[in-house]
Amino acid sequence: MTQTAPPILASTIEKRLKTPSIDVWAFGTLMVCLAVAMPIVWVIGLALTPSGDIWQHLVDTVLGNLIITTLMLMIGVGLGTLVIGTGTAWIVTMCRFPGKRIFEWALLIPMAVPAYVIAYVYTDLLEYSGPIQGIIRDMFGFESKHDYWFPEIRSLGGAITMMTLVLYPYVYLLARASFLEQSVCVLEASRTLGKGPWQSFFKVALPLARPAIAVGVSLVMMETLNDYGTVDFFAVSTFSKGIYDVWLNMNSPSGAAQLACMLLMFVMVLIGLERYGRRKQKFHHTSTHIRELPGFKLSPMLATLAFLACAIPVLLGFLIPAWVLGSYAIDFYQDTLDANYWITTWNSLLLSSIAAIVAIVAGVFLAYSLRLGQSHWINVMTRFASLGYAVPGAVLAIGILMYLGWLDNTIDGWVRNNIGFSTGLIFSGTIFAVTFGYVVRFLSLSFGSAEAGLGKITANMDGAARTLGAGPFATLRRVHLPIMRGSIMTAALLVFVDCMKELPMTVMLRPFNFETLATFVHQYAADEMLPEASLAALSIVVAGIIPVILLSITIARSRAGHYAPEEPHLIEMEEAAP
Amino acid sequence: MTTGLVMERIRHAFGPMEVLQDVSLVAEAGKLTCLLGPSGCGKTTLLRLAAGLESVQGGRILLQGHTVGNGAEKFSLPPEKRDIGLMFQDYALFPHLSVFKNIAFGIKNLTAERREWIEAGLERMGLAKHRNSYPHVLSGGQQQRVALLRALAPEPKILLLDEPFSGLDVTRRAQVREDTLNFLKECGVAVLMVTHDPEEAMFMADHIVVMKDGKVVQAGTPVQTYFHPVDAFVAELFGPMNHFDGIVDKGALQTPFGLFPIPAIPDGEQAKVLVRMEGINVTMGNADGHPEEMPKDCCYTTGKIEDAYLLGRSSHLHIRVPKNHGHPDGEKVLLHVRVSGVMKPESGATVTVWADPKQAFVFAAD
Repeated sequence: MTQTAPPILASTIEKRLKTPSIDVWAFGTLMVCLAVAMPIVWVIGLALTPSGDIWQHLVDTVLGNLIITTLMLMIGVGLGTLVIGTGTAWIVTMCRFPGKRIFEWALLIPMAVPAYVIAYVYTDLLEYSGPIQGIIRDMFGFESKHDYWFPEIRSLGGAITMMTLVLYPYVYLLARASFLEQSVCVLEASRTLGKGPWQSFFKVALPLARPAIAVGVSLVMMETLNDYGTVDFFAVSTFSKGIYDVWLNMNSPSGAAQLACMLLMFVMVLIGLERYGRRKQKFHHTSTHIRELPGFKLSPMLATLAFLACAIPVLLGFLIPAWVLGSYAIDFYQDTLDANYWITTWNSLLLSSIAAIVAIVAGVFLAYSLRLGQSHWINVMTRFASLGYAVPGAVLAIGILMYLGWLDNTIDGWVRNNIGFSTGLIFSGTIFAVTFGYVVRFLSLSFGSAEAGLGKITANMDGAARTLGAGPFATLRRVHLPIMRGSIMTAALLVFVDCMKELPMTVMLRPFNFETLATFVHQYAADEMLPEASLAALSIVVAGIIPVILLSITIARSRAGHYAPEEPHLIEMEEAAP
Repeated sequence: MTTGLVMERIRHAFGPMEVLQDVSLVAEAGKLTCLLGPSGCGKTTLLRLAAGLESVQGGRILLQGHTVGNGAEKFSLPPEKRDIGLMFQDYALFPHLSVFKNIAFGIKNLTAERREWIEAGLERMGLAKHRNSYPHVLSGGQQQRVALLRALAPEPKILLLDEPFSGLDVTRRAQVREDTLNFLKECGVAVLMVTHDPEEAMFMADHIVVMKDGKVVQAGTPVQTYFHPVDAFVAELFGPMNHFDGIVDKGALQTPFGLFPIPAIPDGEQAKVLVRMEGINVTMGNADGHPEEMPKDCCYTTGKIEDAYLLGRSSHLHIRVPKNHGHPDGEKVLLHVRVSGVMKPESGATVTVWADPKQAFVFAAD
């Protein structure tokens, strides 16, 4: 305890509203940060413990392949989302063509579909026994696989396509926001200086938007690294999958931890990239003159192309999967209902609600504690704790399993020696473990929202409340919470939905025989029984649409010309680097 | 009655930047004390220290005889325990609370008596019909009055005002200022107010503390501050002045208006005489003999109008006069003069000017 006591370090520099008595805020912050940091500390510690020749074995066998596959996946998805996201953002922001108003928000919808769900759907459609290949065989009279060529969906290329289809909205969102923020004057200046619309795009708009796009792409790549469901299903050997294989099949926790550490290095590079992008973003505006965007009127030919360019991502990323799942659900809903659908749904709702509440409470606590002004090293810890979103679920899952296992053994040992009975496993394999994982991973989301919400409240509000006799806690309760209720609710919703969709940690940390919608769908799809689980998959997609709707509303508002102060998903974008 | 607020030898730094150096002041109960100085002089920091929004680093702060902050002991009573009222420059009204709830925010026990006080205050401030409105629908002046009521509602030991009128339209400012002053006098509370507007300080304050670069330059009544500035900085707070520099010779300095006696500065030292723009009087024509309205012991000189500007309530004249009294053909200097009312002589017209000794000040050169 002596080590974790609050710092009475009365730093002379930044000590704004700090209370001089026992500092609950500093102490609480420290506790939350420690709890959140533990899993990662455990992974690193475990990786450093000697583990025989596992590492050498990994180097000899899978490591090279893992690195190459992961890199190719990241680059593929990065490029795909870059082109689709930026391209569609430019088209809907700058051009006028039929359907533009609808595409502005419709292009976001694929975000609602988890990558693993879309992977199951397309596998079902495109595999040898699926309807598409069946039609081809019927039409051309082919007898077997060898009579014709058809792309193999269960491949690296398939994984890249699937993830691109549901992740491009990240890039679209940020690129579009950036294009909207760009002063029209800058673009018009470019036009008057003799550059055509296309040249203006490549010479002015794109370079100006580059930091935002870099942030978007790095977030996409983080999501790619985090993915487990798709690569597992497609048998594409990325790090996330490798970690699970080494852990479960080779039964080597330390080998898995070593892989996890390598994966963390990938993440660090991405965080660096993302930070770099954000840093540059600050030098954006030279002119504050914002006017209605010009809207190039397109010829019928070009308008058709623009329409198709926007329609195809929406069609492939949402409409087809939703339609397939919907029609399956109509035919097979009884099977899903019979397979404990309600209990599964209840489990998902319960876990996600608890995690959302805990994450919000902790996030608000951390953000407010930072606002109160803490010593420098607590600030650093808080920043560190809010990096959770960047850490792939597989890494967190290992860390949490190891950490909780150690905690259980320690408690059990102590109780046995001192009191004389065995406590068994208290935390491992319980709802607590899963919730803990969710909170660690999504804390950055709630923290980021809370920080953004607090940032909009001037420091004088605190001063006014404090001089009127309200202490720090009363100020939070009476002033800040009511003012930022909206953004807090939004953040809670985002955490909730992300928990509903979460797969890799849930698979690993859930109690025995405990199914959530995500694990249920994953299990059924792995057994080639997607139709029987389609109702559950559809439920996840429906939950995922909620934040997209919220986002669309804010975007619709921002279109009127006034800047939308709260863009929930932009806050989510804050995740990795608050 | 115990003295309201005492701040003793306050030092404060933000990182390596020293913003307050050994500042002491007293804000007496029942009086309005004004901290006057340009932006960045540390006056707002001093106010925040008094409120407890900044922790004291050096020096002591006493409120009605009780220590609320002591730098040596690293003691700083948190703002919520100090019983002070602070009105912010931006008013900082709580956007989610109605006018009434804003005002009642700081009252711990909302008795019928306090309720009545609020209602009476709303009535007095012409806000009665807005009691259930939210701050964003109010005008700047109304918000200012709500903020004032809110700060006073918990009956603070001292009221701190941070640039209370700077957010208001110039045309409304004078009226609001007068209303506020009257209201504060009725309340009888000790007030410490921060402003950069000397006219505001003169109008409101019983006591003015002039600050510059984190130090107190002068503390005194408005009359003292205006008529007996301790240095050129204080004198020039009230507007730009005419400077006459030179070397003291036989206990006097040569100015366009003749020799200005300087007993306090030894011969041979650099000195300067500053005369306020409104301290120079002008009559048309070349006065033969002593103008009637001019004091007996005053010297005068003649000059030529260069430019004249009508500003409405006053006029500005630029007059070129000989630099040294009695040498009409020697070097010339330009005088900047403000006269009340309308006066717009032709360029080149001859005028007679003399300086009001009460508006002329002598300082050693920096």
